[in-house]
Amino acid sequence: MRYSKTHEWIDKVGEHYRVGISNYAQEHLSDLTFVECIPENTSVEKGKRMGTIESVKSAEDFYAPCSLKIIKINPAIADTPEIINKDAEKDGWIAEVRPTDEKELEELMDAAAYKEYLKGL
Amino acid sequence: MELKRTPLFDLYSENGGHVVPFAGWEMPVRFNASISEEHLAVREKAGIFDVSHMGEILLQGKDALSFANYLITNDVRKLQDGQVCYSVMCNDRGGAVDDLLAYKFGESKVMLVVNASNIDKDHEWILSKRGNFNVDIKNISEEMAQIAVQGPKAQEILQKTTTFELDKIGFFFFKEIVLGEGINAIVSRTGYTGEDGFEVYLSSVNAIALWNMIMKAGKNLGLQPIGLGARDTLRFEAKLMLYGNELDDETSPLSAGLSWAVSFEKDFVGKDALLKQQADGLKKYLVGFEMSERAIPRHGYAIYCGGEKVGAVTSGTFAPFLQKNLGLGYVPYEIRKSGTEIEIEVRGEMKKALIVKTPFYKKQYKKTKENI
Repeated sequence: MRYSKTHEWIDKVGEHYRVGISNYAQEHLSDLTFVECIPENTSVEKGKRMGTIESVKSAEDFYAPCSLKIIKINPAIADTPEIINKDAEKDGWIAEVRPTDEKELEELMDAAAYKEYLKGL
Repeated sequence: MELKRTPLFDLYSENGGHVVPFAGWEMPVRFNASISEEHLAVREKAGIFDVSHMGEILLQGKDALSFANYLITNDVRKLQDGQVCYSVMCNDRGGAVDDLLAYKFGESKVMLVVNASNIDKDHEWILSKRGNFNVDIKNISEEMAQIAVQGPKAQEILQKTTTFELDKIGFFFFKEIVLGEGINAIVSRTGYTGEDGFEVYLSSVNAIALWNMIMKAGKNLGLQPIGLGARDTLRFEAKLMLYGNELDDETSPLSAGLSWAVSFEKDFVGKDALLKQQADGLKKYLVGFEMSERAIPRHGYAIYCGGEKVGAVTSGTFAPFLQKNLGLGYVPYEIRKSGTEIEIEVRGEMKKALIVKTPFYKKQYKKTKENI
């Protein structure tokens, strides 16, 4: 699993990659009420807006951790966005994606580096 | 700018507080529970809030009451000693310098409780309006702490800290009483949640002792510490104003639907401007709306009606108790009626909404009308 500085994760699950927000991000946002992701089959460049997460408190954008194409949006998050609060880094995945260039993933932080990064925030 | 801390700051971490900057202060946005859970705890049981960042300005002297009456829109002469009123303090244009609570101790003593973000602005404004009034104006915000206990169990909990019978304090009345072992406090049956409850003003040096005492008293009654996140969603459901959102220097209390807190039977700053607004007809009006499509309205989003941009959202959220996506915002006076269809622009997309009656949430609880 790799993490971006803007608190998204990307991980290979089976054949595909999945993207979500980190546990730190869900804790910061508190109870999520709505997740909007750009549509399936659209592409987005690294660092550009991939969607918006709404909590009781606010609406926050999340960003593509690498350049990618959306294959499938997690069907569970439409009606139960709270699964992200319960399990942000596994069942609370937001989209299945295909990275444009897998090498870009190497620029992201691994779990240990991300943990260090959080300490500095 | 260095952020300020209330006298209760050190208790946040041991209570699991998530601290964020707010209006120049380091305040807990929530504690251990989520914002929704804290919100529901106040609706169903009770919550304790550190609201020590709020400001208190004391007016004392022969003309204290008449000066207060000149400063604010509501009529403090109609209050009994020991009664509180909500009011707006207007500038000469009829815009809101702030909204506040006025505590009438007597003819020669009135305490104004103002918003944290406006303390210095209000203090300077009040000083500038003194003129020939015989009044001493003192900003006592630094030395005062404020703890709110709100919710259906609030009275039962706070009662455990005092021998004074709290049932005798009516809605929007206050008493100076002793809590615990000799903590002097001003206790009013007021709040910012839409629930029954109390706001307790006391010397900052006693704040931690009182907080711990109330927490202990509420331990088996479901009392939880509540952060600013739930404070905002609670006040929003009850359509209580948030200065900077529903009110600002350019917004009049008449447009905000606060004419009940404006008395034209007396002279006050901004009266002429408000009378003119009334004679000319109000241009805009604050309404509540419910989203018909799945989207959450947020502060600053544009409101459309019949394809035209007509106003802006002042506050909006997923309402945790009502379980609906709701908003407040200003629209032209003519389209203010409930049942009117409007649209909210949410990240470039038009989402349908319906103007509804407010407040969204109203508690049917028993209130005594006066101090007994």
